[in-house]
Order: sequence, then C-alpha cells, then structure tokens
Amino acid sequence: MQVTKGVVKALVGNHAVAYAVKQAKPQVLAVYPITPQTTMLEKLSEYVDRGELKARMIRVESEHSALASIYGAAVAGARVFTATASQGLLYMTEMLYWAGGQRVPIVAAVATRALASPWSILDDHQDFMSKRDAIWIQMMAENVQEAYDLTIQAFRISEHENVVLPVMMGFDGFILTHTMERVEVLHDSVVDSFIPPRKFNLVDFTDPVGVGPVAPPEDYIRIRFEAKKAMERSKRVIKEIFREYEDISGRPQHGLVECFMCRDADYVVVSMGAWSGDARVAVKRLRERGAKVGLLKVRVFRPFPFEEVRDYLRDCKGVLVMDRAYSFGSGGILVNEVKVSLYGHDVPVHSLVGGLGGMDVRPLHIQTALENLMEGKLEEERWLL
Amino acid sequence: MMFLRGNAACPGCPIPRELDALLEVTGERTVLVVPASCTTVIMGDTRGMPSKVPVIHSAFAASSAIASGVRSALDARGEKATVVVWAGDGGTGDIGFASLSGAAERNEDILYVCYDNEAYMNTGVQRSGLTPFGAWTTTTPSGKAESKKPLPKIIADHGVPYVATASIAYLFDYKDKVRKAKEMSGFRYIHLLSPCPPGWRFDAGLTVEIAKLAVETGIWPLYEIEKGKFRLTSISKVLVDKKKRKPVEEYLKLQGRFKDLKGEDVKRIQEEVDQMWEDLARM
Repeated sequence: MQVTKGVVKALVGNHAVAYAVKQAKPQVLAVYPITPQTTMLEKLSEYVDRGELKARMIRVESEHSALASIYGAAVAGARVFTATASQGLLYMTEMLYWAGGQRVPIVAAVATRALASPWSILDDHQDFMSKRDAIWIQMMAENVQEAYDLTIQAFRISEHENVVLPVMMGFDGFILTHTMERVEVLHDSVVDSFIPPRKFNLVDFTDPVGVGPVAPPEDYIRIRFEAKKAMERSKRVIKEIFREYEDISGRPQHGLVECFMCRDADYVVVSMGAWSGDARVAVKRLRERGAKVGLLKVRVFRPFPFEEVRDYLRDCKGVLVMDRAYSFGSGGILVNEVKVSLYGHDVPVHSLVGGLGGMDVRPLHIQTALENLMEGKLEEERWLL
Repeated sequence: MMFLRGNAACPGCPIPRELDALLEVTGERTVLVVPASCTTVIMGDTRGMPSKVPVIHSAFAASSAIASGVRSALDARGEKATVVVWAGDGGTGDIGFASLSGAAERNEDILYVCYDNEAYMNTGVQRSGLTPFGAWTTTTPSGKAESKKPLPKIIADHGVPYVATASIAYLFDYKDKVRKAKEMSGFRYIHLLSPCPPGWRFDAGLTVEIAKLAVETGIWPLYEIEKGKFRLTSISKVLVDKKKRKPVEEYLKLQGRFKDLKGEDVKRIQEEVDQMWEDLARM
C-alpha cells in the first residue's frame, strides 16, 4: 500500500481520538459525560451536529445504557463507538461482559482515571486494568499520536473476521486527554480503504436467531473456549494490522510490545501508558552513563503478549515493572503478568507501584529505582508515596 | 403462528399467547428485545427458540437502551421494522426504570410492552415495586405493605405519544392497541396485566377468568392515552359507574396470594379502586 503523507495537527488527546472516530465512520454512538473523557463527547457531538460524522449520537442517561445501546446497534449491524472513564467504566461493567461474551465488535475509548472512594478525577490505570477478564481486547497508548493510531486500528481489529471481539483503547486521563501534542492524521480516503465496510450483523428477518439466549453448560463452556481461541488468534491479526498501518502511515507501529534500547539491555523497565515516556527519559539518561538498560512498553494488554515479553526479558539480570494499578492482597497487575511470562526463567522481577490517584511520577523516580536495581538494593516491591 | 407452542412456559401462563398476539399484529419484521425475565426461559436456549422473529436477549436493566441502539442501526441501514421491548414488571418498573425513563424522555421509536405478573416470578415469586398492596410473596410473607407503583401513569407523564393498558382476557382490545401503536412512531408503551398461576396461587385453568375479573372489578382499567388524550376502552368504558363494577373481593378470593387479607385490607383495596376511578373519570 502506498504511503500518503498525513496532515499535521495540534490536538489534545480527547480531540485526537474524536478525530479518529470521525474518520472510522461509526453509524451509532452513545457516550455519557465523565471527567476526563467529556471533551471527547463534546467534540463528537459537534461532528454529528455539523453533519461531518453521519451518525446518531444517542444521548443516554447512564454509562450502562451507553454501552447497552451501542451493543444493540452493533448486534443490528452498525459500526459503533463509546467512551468513558473510571466510575463510568465500572457502571458499564455488566454490559462489558455482556458484549464480550457475545463477541460483538465494539470500540470503546477509556480515558483512564482512579476509582473512588476516595474521590479522584486524576489518572491511574485501576479502571482499565480491572476489566481484564471481560473478553475485550485491551490496548493502551503512550502519547496522543498513539491514541489516534490505536483508535483507527481498533475498528479494523474488532471487525476482523478472525477476531470479532470488542476492543478497548486506554489512554491516560488528563496526561493525554487534555495535553496538546503534535499529531499526524491520515487522509480520510486512506482511513476509508484501511477499514472496510462492516459485515457483522445478527438481525436478519429472513433467518431470525436469538442473540445471547440461555446456554446449557456444554454450550456455555464451548462458547467461552471459542472466545479464548479468538483472543489467541487475534495476536497475529493485530500484528498484521499494525504492520499494514505502518505502511500507510509511514510511522513505526512496533508490535504487541515496543522494545526501546532493550535488545542488549541487562536491566529492563516494563511499563504501559503515558509514563512510558518518563521511563524512556530515565533509560536514555542511564544509557548516556554507560548502563545497559532498556524499556519494554506493553501496547496490548489483552491478549497478553507472553511470548514477546519472555523473549525480550529472559536473559536479563533484572526487570523492573511499573504498575499504576494494584490487585490488593496480590500485587501490581502488570508485574504479575510479567512474572507469569518468565515462569521457568531465573530472572529477578521487581515491582514499582506509583501514580495512583494522579500522584506525579518523574523520570528521576524511575531512574533511581533502576539504579537501585542494578546495585542490588531494590526491594521486591516499592511504592512511590 | 409467530410463537411456537411447546415452549417452556408454565401451565396456564399467558405469556406465549400474549407474545403470539403481539407478533400476529407486528409481523415478521419485528425485533424482540427481552431482558432477564420469565420470557428469557420461555425463549428456549442456544439449541433453538419458539420465536419466528429475531430476539435479542438483554441484561436485566438494559433493554430500553439496547432497543434504542437496535432502532438506530436499523434506521442507518434503512430497514423498516418494529422494535419491541418485551419485559416483566421488575425489568420495567424497578431495575430497568432508569433506561426506560431515558428512552421515553428521548422519545425513542420503540414499542415497549410490560407484561406485568406483579412480582419477580422467574426467581420464584419475590415482591417488586408492582406487587399490589396485601399480596403474599416469598419476600412479603405477611403481605406487601405498600401500594403498586403506577407505571402507565408515570410513563404517560413523560409526554410520550402512546400509553395503553391491556389484558389477555380482552384480546381484541389488546390487539387493537398493538395495531394502533405499530402505526405510530416515537415511544409507545403498553402495560399488560399477566396473571401468573404459580405466583398468584390459583388454578392454571383460571388465567383468563382472573384476568377478566381484574378488569370487571375495576382493579385493572383498560385505557389508552394517545398524544395526551385519555380514553377508556372496551368494557372499562361502562365501569365509571360504580354499580357496574364487581366487588374487588371476587377477584381477590380466587387467589392464594390474598388469602390472609383481613376485612379491613379488602376494604382499603376497594376504597383505593373507587378513588382511582374517580380520578380516571376526571381525566
């Protein structure tokens, strides 16, 4: 496919995602306002009102209804979109599992935010990570450009015939949603040819079926087994779609993970989301001093890229995993996945928990933790309080 | 026949006939959205279903929202069809009330039918907001202390184009209302009183008799509110005259759920019915 130079814009994260959604041409949207997602809803409402996006925006009375209504639209053949954050994602949870279990292509953006109580409108990943078992593909962006790119890709992945799963695109609340960055957007025609017209539809009056009926145990477990296989199959499809997007955009898309200076590294920091940028800075500074450190950024969290993580980390002298979400009584959620990936390999894995409720984390915090790791002075789990 | 016999409904359950009558009017181009309820079970399973039209099963609280989305998608595809929510009283007036109210306020182009069996029957007879005063349920073992939530009135207060009550005992009246609703657009609401033999504790052969008595005693008035205009229908037209109404006791005494009512309870129910008719006469 031919690379067409995109158009450079200055966009905040919420507007970049809204722009990507406009280009993906969903026919039905339902979004309920919640900080820090709201300005995306406002932008999308403008697009719909001005006729730039020929779609219906259902102004629902709750997030539960937001996801329920686009689920109904998706079942009946429409391309759909919703967005939310925090409490809104929790309120959607019943419908998240409902849509995942039925394997209906849906794209949802999550402007990540801490969960109450206590109240916090600021960023962490607890909302996003708590949805890891809902049968949704989950991807997370590091910056505004990636949030735009992943949103376009999400529509294609979700509707791909070898996948047929809902996709959730996470991007950090405020840190990305409200930060203006340079973004290269694709031409509409390029997006048009990248995302073919939707085929999925379960409402056929000539061949009526029941969608989501009671399943006896032997059917229920088989349907779950099929979902597991679809998740596994999706890894290959996601990588292919990333590569194809690389071709049309001219921008590297990496794979399920991005390796930054990690190939020859003795010590690697693993992260997800916006603070991967801070980790990058920490790694660069330490490299300048001759330390063999690197960054492994997880872009796709579900399906989890066990093979990639293992291949990049198995020969390391030490790994530091950054978690902005926590499973209380267990540990950091990402670090646990990394430990599973390295099962049977003798690699020390340390956990750095921070940024909860918007607590600021700077490159120096990460740099210090890496230095302590290299000196053998890092505890197994460190909280940045 | 749009809804096949041999389904999983209890003996004497009116739901299959109510659904069949609905589909006889709305036809093949109907989509049913069904939240958790008795109908979920009646609709079969992954191996097959009695419905001859597409059915979308819904989480308990979500049916009005799902139907809003189905409507939007069909509109986007240029498909003409009737989108129907078929929900019980709990899914309508309790857990599903927020999404119902939202859809009514948005005047979504859907037909909502509440088949009201006056308790959570699918889970084994627990009280709902639509259980009437005095009725035994497993969670009100000595009778419900509160009155029935007046749902048709609440929906009408949303200013929707069509609200009607109906009964399986008056099939022509019910089908007329479905026909009228089908031809209209916007949010349309039909509330069907659906006697439940195991839940109301009566013989499975008495379903229609009980439904009929609910209307004849005036407990369940048949009416429609079309674009704000109220009109009594069928036999209820003559029941404004108190003398034409049977005493509520005739309805109550056939049902085990009311067997522990005291004389004063029956009196209260009669007074409430009489008061309701005075209010209806002024509408």
